[in-house]
Amino acid sequence: MARKITYQQAINEALDQEMSRDQNVIVMGEDVAGGSGAPGEQDAWGGVLGVTRGLYAKHPGRVIDTPISESGYVGAAIGAACCGMRPVAELMFVDFLGVCFDQIFNQAAKFRYMFGGKAETPVVIRAMYGAGFRAAAQHSQCLYNIFTHIPGLKVVVPSNPYDAKGLLIQSIRDNDPVIFLEHKALYTMEGEVPEELYTVPFGEAAVVREGHDVTIVAIGRMVLKAQEAAADLQKQGIHCEIIDPRTTSPLDTDTILESVEKTGRLVVVDESHPRCSMASDIAGLVAEKAFDSLKAPIRQVTGFHSPVPFSDALEELYIPSAAKIVAAVKSVKEYK
Amino acid sequence: MSAIQTITMPKWGLSMQEGKVNGWLKQIGDAVEQGQEIVEVESEKIAGAVEAGATGVLRRQLANEEDVLPVGGLLGVIADASVSDADIDAFVADFLSNFKPAEGAEEDQGPTTQKIEVNGHKLRYLKRGDSGKSGEPMLLIHGFGGDLNNWLFNHEALAADREVYALDLPGHGESTKDVGEGSLAALADTVAAFLDAVGVASAHLVGHSMGGAVSLTVALRHPEKVRSLSLIGSAGLGNEINTGYIQGFVSAANRNALKPLLADLFADSSLVTRQLVDDLLKYKRLEGVGEALSTLSGNLFADGRQNSVMADQLAALGKPVLVIWGEEDRIIPVAHAHAVSGKVQVEVLGNRGHMVQMEAANDVNRAIARFVG
Repeated sequence: MARKITYQQAINEALDQEMSRDQNVIVMGEDVAGGSGAPGEQDAWGGVLGVTRGLYAKHPGRVIDTPISESGYVGAAIGAACCGMRPVAELMFVDFLGVCFDQIFNQAAKFRYMFGGKAETPVVIRAMYGAGFRAAAQHSQCLYNIFTHIPGLKVVVPSNPYDAKGLLIQSIRDNDPVIFLEHKALYTMEGEVPEELYTVPFGEAAVVREGHDVTIVAIGRMVLKAQEAAADLQKQGIHCEIIDPRTTSPLDTDTILESVEKTGRLVVVDESHPRCSMASDIAGLVAEKAFDSLKAPIRQVTGFHSPVPFSDALEELYIPSAAKIVAAVKSVKEYK
Repeated sequence: MSAIQTITMPKWGLSMQEGKVNGWLKQIGDAVEQGQEIVEVESEKIAGAVEAGATGVLRRQLANEEDVLPVGGLLGVIADASVSDADIDAFVADFLSNFKPAEGAEEDQGPTTQKIEVNGHKLRYLKRGDSGKSGEPMLLIHGFGGDLNNWLFNHEALAADREVYALDLPGHGESTKDVGEGSLAALADTVAAFLDAVGVASAHLVGHSMGGAVSLTVALRHPEKVRSLSLIGSAGLGNEINTGYIQGFVSAANRNALKPLLADLFADSSLVTRQLVDDLLKYKRLEGVGEALSTLSGNLFADGRQNSVMADQLAALGKPVLVIWGEEDRIIPVAHAHAVSGKVQVEVLGNRGHMVQMEAANDVNRAIARFVG
């Protein structure tokens, strides 16, 4: 058996190994080196949840604490990328992207196109996303859909430690801007991760579970909820196929369509708000390209069109649950 | 009660915790003989058949098709026709009330893989069985692109009365990806050094495919280390090989490219599960694997043929040899099974492919156990 580490350790290891391999890889962001209250280098905390812990001492001068100015350091990272570095900038919470729209959407995403293919911007912007931490409306959103909308960006949403390491290495080596999104609730998830370097290619969905009754496409943390639902449904004689796109841009449309052509039924599970979401995007794709295969209407299991609530009870209600997925799958399976 | 025998969910490989029933091959009331296949079961990685542990009548089927049971869970009951239904029901009730599935989190049950440094490189291996037992030690050597998990249906059975090692060759599994010059001689020398490192003076070598050619080369270069050779769908016995498979395996970069190739490994291509494909993709994506596989295939299988044919030298060596082949092998032709002369036993198994040690595990295990004595 391969060794087991957490999602958080997998991200740390990918950064560490790539920094060792390539001197041009640097890490920058708020508190990524030390963090509040850290007295020395060896025990520096490394980010709000300790993801970059230990890197500061191992890679002197290449883990850079920045002022609390996302628009400033994200712009600096993009500029450094244009000049030959491979920066990994941490946006802390993806909710803060609003103040760097221009740097990301109008600059990084457009350089290759507007300079006739001659400019490359090998920057990675890492950020935490997702609800479930009682972190309230400004620290709990799932905004991958906003980045996915913008041509020129690649958007990565790993659901497990193996993918987190392989996709982050791929992100660092990619010559285009990559938005790498980590669900806070997955940081403690354990899984088998090779010690060696490896990459997982973009635009290749994982078929997490095979089944012939209903296709469930789930994003990020929702892959785990879908697995929970599928295990329950299996006992009731309903066999679900679960597809984890792994990257929302590029999106592996072939794997999704092939699966729906087999099952004839689709449930999309997306933790974000329902309007203009990955759920509605994938539902639209399947409605357009695989309509003849559908035996039932497509169902979307998402959050609500409301800010993520701070109240424990309401936040739990907001997040798509296994029970809601089970109900959605049954409704499409039983549709006449 | 002693006349009642259970059929339980097997444990194929260290990671298996549960299995799915694919279908019954025998129905309630059918007479069954010990060793007959009774029920087909599928783990995440592989599908296979469970054998009857005793001769009798299949009296109960406790699981239906598609049911998922934990390892050790009760699938069925075999008993003599004379045993009463009441006794069987009491036995089943007793079993079910006492059965506790192994805790998934506690993976310290049973043996785990280890790493050892050989000539400056790390090799992973798995040891099963007890050196205190009467049998002489055995070493299992997988083929091109494989790893020690290729023996998951064989390792435990072969270790019943001896210590049995399985290793990952350089370039494979979790061993070093540095294959050096990538020749059979280099691989064979590594295997010999591995035996020294684990303190085994000489062993029965069991090699599959390229691992067979490696075993042969160990026997030629280090004859004192080899007690016997069991060659399964082995390379090194003739020139022909399915180079489409070899080249395709080296270059396949995604699931859709890899899956149809793997179908060539088995007579029954439904044995290629999603997990098998995913595991191989994960292996292929490790840094250094692409280079290792290219180097090995370039040296061993250049120009569409096997470059080392050792059948004649093997005959001259005078070691006991067992040759096992799947009749439907689509990687290395079954005709090579008859290439060796001298002290040779040949077993050709019908309706089986290149991965015959998986497809007909019970037959292969019995043949090897008989052969090594």
